[in-house]
Amino acid sequence: MAYIPGQPLTAVVEKIEIQKLRQGDNLILGFSIGGGIDQDPAQNPFSQDKSDKGIYVTRVSPGGPAEQACLREGDKILQVNGWDMTVVTHDQARKRLTKKSECVVRLLVTRKSLEDAVKHAMYDHPK
Amino acid sequence: MNQVTLIIKIHLRNSFLYAKICRDHHKSRSKDSRSEKSVTINTPPAEPLLGDSAVRSEQLQDDNWGETTTAVTGTSEHSLSQEDIVRITKDLEDSVGLNCRRYFTLTLAVILGLLVFLTPLAFLVLPHLLWPEKLQSCGTACEGLFISVAFKLLILLLAVWALFFRPPRAGLPRVFVFRALLAVLVLLFVVSYWLFYGVRILDTQDDNYQGIVQYAVSLVDALLFIHYLAIVLLELRQLQPCFSVCVTRSTDGETRHYNLGQLSIQRAALAILEHYYCDFPVHNPALLSASKSRAAKHLAGLKVYNVDGMAHSQSRAMIAAAARRRDTSHNELYYEEAEHERRVRKRRARLVVAVEEAFTHIKRMQEEEQKKAPGDVMDPREAAQAIFPSMARALQKYLRTTKQQHCHSMESIQQHLAFCITNNMTPKAFLESYLTPGPTLQYSRDHWLARQWTLISEASVTSGLKDGTIFLLKCVDFSLVVISKKIPYIQMSEEYIDPKSHKFVLRLQSETSV
Repeated sequence: MAYIPGQPLTAVVEKIEIQKLRQGDNLILGFSIGGGIDQDPAQNPFSQDKSDKGIYVTRVSPGGPAEQACLREGDKILQVNGWDMTVVTHDQARKRLTKKSECVVRLLVTRKSLEDAVKHAMYDHPK
Repeated sequence: MNQVTLIIKIHLRNSFLYAKICRDHHKSRSKDSRSEKSVTINTPPAEPLLGDSAVRSEQLQDDNWGETTTAVTGTSEHSLSQEDIVRITKDLEDSVGLNCRRYFTLTLAVILGLLVFLTPLAFLVLPHLLWPEKLQSCGTACEGLFISVAFKLLILLLAVWALFFRPPRAGLPRVFVFRALLAVLVLLFVVSYWLFYGVRILDTQDDNYQGIVQYAVSLVDALLFIHYLAIVLLELRQLQPCFSVCVTRSTDGETRHYNLGQLSIQRAALAILEHYYCDFPVHNPALLSASKSRAAKHLAGLKVYNVDGMAHSQSRAMIAAAARRRDTSHNELYYEEAEHERRVRKRRARLVVAVEEAFTHIKRMQEEEQKKAPGDVMDPREAAQAIFPSMARALQKYLRTTKQQHCHSMESIQQHLAFCITNNMTPKAFLESYLTPGPTLQYSRDHWLARQWTLISEASVTSGLKDGTIFLLKCVDFSLVVISKKIPYIQMSEEYIDPKSHKFVLRLQSETSV
């Protein structure tokens, strides 16, 4: 998941679709994000590489839409509805997730366990 | 008088021993049951029971307070001890020797000074006396030089008075090398000028008076330059700090550090002594009695009486008992010190309250009030005497507890009280000189006991200070150990910081819920 600027990023991703929940006047998704290119990557507890400035899921509220859609804490969000989230500021990420015109967000997330699973699968069944 | 004082001293020492023996008898009687358990010992044991320690310390304090001052310090309030006699006779002998030396150097200095001042005048006057007819008349340039000679001599006179005619502050063991060198230089200089004058001017009876006057002016100029050399050598050279000396008092370990310049050992010792009188707290021998009694106890415990001839078992038992004994003495010290600390604090609290209350009884009268009510008006001395009794008891008890009672007499306390009242000082300011032991200068003159110091040094005392020089300054009661260390050569480099280079970034870590 280490990102070298200028090089294409390869990752094993999971597609997660979250329906926004209406709470009063707001549409909420039920999780918190951290990270961004304007933030300090060294303080990110979830990243493997401490220079990774991507957007990470820092908290999933229990029983919310995100948890129901199998989003986990520590996931790195790569795309939101087709928009890239690997090189965005924190505020841009927030805006892309909280568009009032959309009720559904389709995320591409990656996590270490996905990579490990694929690696194990490859190892157990060599070609 | 010698005989009388010796007798008094012996009597007092006997009484101290008597008290000690009584105490030991008490101990051995009370501890018979214990001695059966432990092996040994016929020696007079100084082994304290923890319960007895309070009593024993009280007795020890009683002994110290009235009677052993002669043995420890050499002065009690009433008697003159052997040490004082020795000191006075030594003072008498040495003062005669020192006075001789002082007068000798004084007369030499006066002779040299007169020679120096009268020489230019003699140079100017002698041609007029010896060959007035042959002499050329003095023109304007020549008379101008007269004024120059006069003023330069006046300046030289003032400068010599400022530098050399100061009251001598100490008598050093060896001659002051730089001064001696300068005196020799001046003498040689003046003698050589006289020689030249005598050969080339007096013998040939030179008639060029202006030349003679210029010669006299050159002499005075050179003397001024020698005076400049004297200032640099005697005063300026030692101003730049070069050595750091560490001065330790041998009796209680008080240490201070000073920076000195390049001085000879005797002059460094003098500078250190001048600092000693203002910086070191006064030497109080009563505070050392506790450690001395502990040392005496250790020594007493180690006496071995080999009565049966069975050396090994006795010695092994001896060592075992000694080891066990040592185990309790630190415990005793700890509790004794804690108890003493508590007692001092309690007495201090009582004293502070008593003094504050006493000070409230006094009020300063203003000018107008003085005219209006001339009834019960007191001057500071009477006011001090009026409020002194209310705090006297608390003060005396505190001084006894901290063992300072011999430093302050009632007269001095009343004087200090009058002084504080006159200068509008608070009770805290009055008490400060009693709560902490101050420097020696603070106390009465008979506490500046040691005006006679002995410099003990392996290197010659006129040689300069070097790195690692050690010498001792001994007086009758204690000695000061001095070690000098060279201040290292400091290599300083610079680093320039552009004021615009101070820039900061914000390291954020925000978390947003969506």
